[in-house]
Amino acid sequence: MAPQEIASLKDVWTDYDGVTALEGVTLSLYEHDFLGIIGPNGGGKTTLIKVMLGLVKPSRGQVTVLGDAPEKQRKLIGYIPQYSLFDRDFPVSVLDVALMGRLGRARRFRKYSDADEETTLGALETVGMLDLKDSQIGKLSGGQQQRVFLARALVTEPKLLLLDEPMASVDVSLQTGLYELLEKLTEKMAIVMVSHDIGAISVHVNKIACLNRKLFYHNSKEIRAEELEATYKCPVQLIAHGVPHRVLKKHK
Amino acid sequence: MIEALQYEFMRNALIAAVLASVACGIVGVYVVVKRIVFIGGGIAHAAFGGVGLGYFLGINPVWGVLPFGIASALTMGLVSKKTKLPEDAAIGILWSAGMALGVIFISLTPGYAPDLFGYLFGSILTVPLSDIILMVILDTVIILAVSLLYKEFLSVSFDEEFATAVGVPAEQLYLVLLCLIALTVVVLIRVVGIILVIALLTIPAALSKQFTHSLKKMMFLSALFSAAFTICGLWLSYSFNLPSGATIVLVSGVCFFLVSLIRKAALPHSAGLHEKGD
Repeated sequence: MAPQEIASLKDVWTDYDGVTALEGVTLSLYEHDFLGIIGPNGGGKTTLIKVMLGLVKPSRGQVTVLGDAPEKQRKLIGYIPQYSLFDRDFPVSVLDVALMGRLGRARRFRKYSDADEETTLGALETVGMLDLKDSQIGKLSGGQQQRVFLARALVTEPKLLLLDEPMASVDVSLQTGLYELLEKLTEKMAIVMVSHDIGAISVHVNKIACLNRKLFYHNSKEIRAEELEATYKCPVQLIAHGVPHRVLKKHK
Repeated sequence: MIEALQYEFMRNALIAAVLASVACGIVGVYVVVKRIVFIGGGIAHAAFGGVGLGYFLGINPVWGVLPFGIASALTMGLVSKKTKLPEDAAIGILWSAGMALGVIFISLTPGYAPDLFGYLFGSILTVPLSDIILMVILDTVIILAVSLLYKEFLSVSFDEEFATAVGVPAEQLYLVLLCLIALTVVVLIRVVGIILVIALLTIPAALSKQFTHSLKKMMFLSALFSAAFTICGLWLSYSFNLPSGATIVLVSGVCFFLVSLIRKAALPHSAGLHEKGD
């Protein structure tokens, strides 16, 4: 059976306040994909994520998630925004933050159901944050906060998980654990992760793309050196670990 | 103060103080954690247009404030969400335009505008029964709205974009929240007046934030603080013949500083006045 297509972008252009962030982006994403998108800051990575969420409307082109407009599929999309976006002083507990992922499913005008709570406690356990469920979110370290946000995204029980620079505030020593967790999650969902950090992203993903307004993507883990140079507008040397035209280490 | 309670105006003042504390305890928490204090101030001041309208039409000015406050709240919300006008500029325009309208209405009203000062700076000792009934109704509306939409309001306050991403109608909820601020302004207007509303929307909530990180507990605490401040201010103003609204605000401000200083001295690394605000 052919793998199910999770998301598709066809010739997507965006125009936000007169600034073109994406130019003719075409992309297909299938189940079990773990797509890493790299590119310089200001290259449109966050915009691409928001287009897939339906938060930014393309000025041209077509976006579908599981065959429908993204804003209609929000229950099936998990999302972790860029770290800097939240107020660390905000009075809210870890459990309450994670529960917010259930909002799309919970009934309006009601409290969260017991099932919502159970799912959320389970997700906090998955990411190893159950012990800290009553702490204030702002008191946690960057890596711990990121785990909570991952739990919040997981409790939406998504088919598509979108991560915007998820490792930006995570200690290098803790990143591997998070990546391994994400790899495991691809059994249940497709994951798109954007980052400016080529080295970190490459080992764990199974597809890779370069984005600097234009997207270079071959539905594989390979990127040509000249494409990387076109993306970063400068010669890139750290890629190609022995194997020509490869960004990644060889698979064991 | 106990013997003062034999007077009806004093009993009404006490009831008004408690009713006002409920409204500002609950709504003030959202104002503080969502950092929309100046939007609250803008709505409150713009509502002065409603006071003027009330005089002009010859009705109870509080009845003018209710529609005017809601209209300015909705305008504020829509302008900041739908146009490119920066939010602070929108606040400034609405803030002053609303007050200007009030002044024009009052000047168009023949004769003298009685107790205008009371609407600007509060006159808790002259709250009539009809206003107390209105306050009870508005408190009920606020409590109902917040208990029905508690989890939604929490998510929109914490992370509006994520809330939208999971399908919560964040923009509409934001407008509802601004309308609740307008209702609170109506409740508070007799107690501290339009100019000083912002104090009761801010100080009790900001103080309670130092003691808990649960929004629900913050609401209870800040309603308690607010009741303590208003009743204490009422007593001081009665005993020393001071203006009630200003006394209530000063009591709140002084308590806030004292408690913050004590906490800072007791817990040097914990929450206090100099919490980093990033």
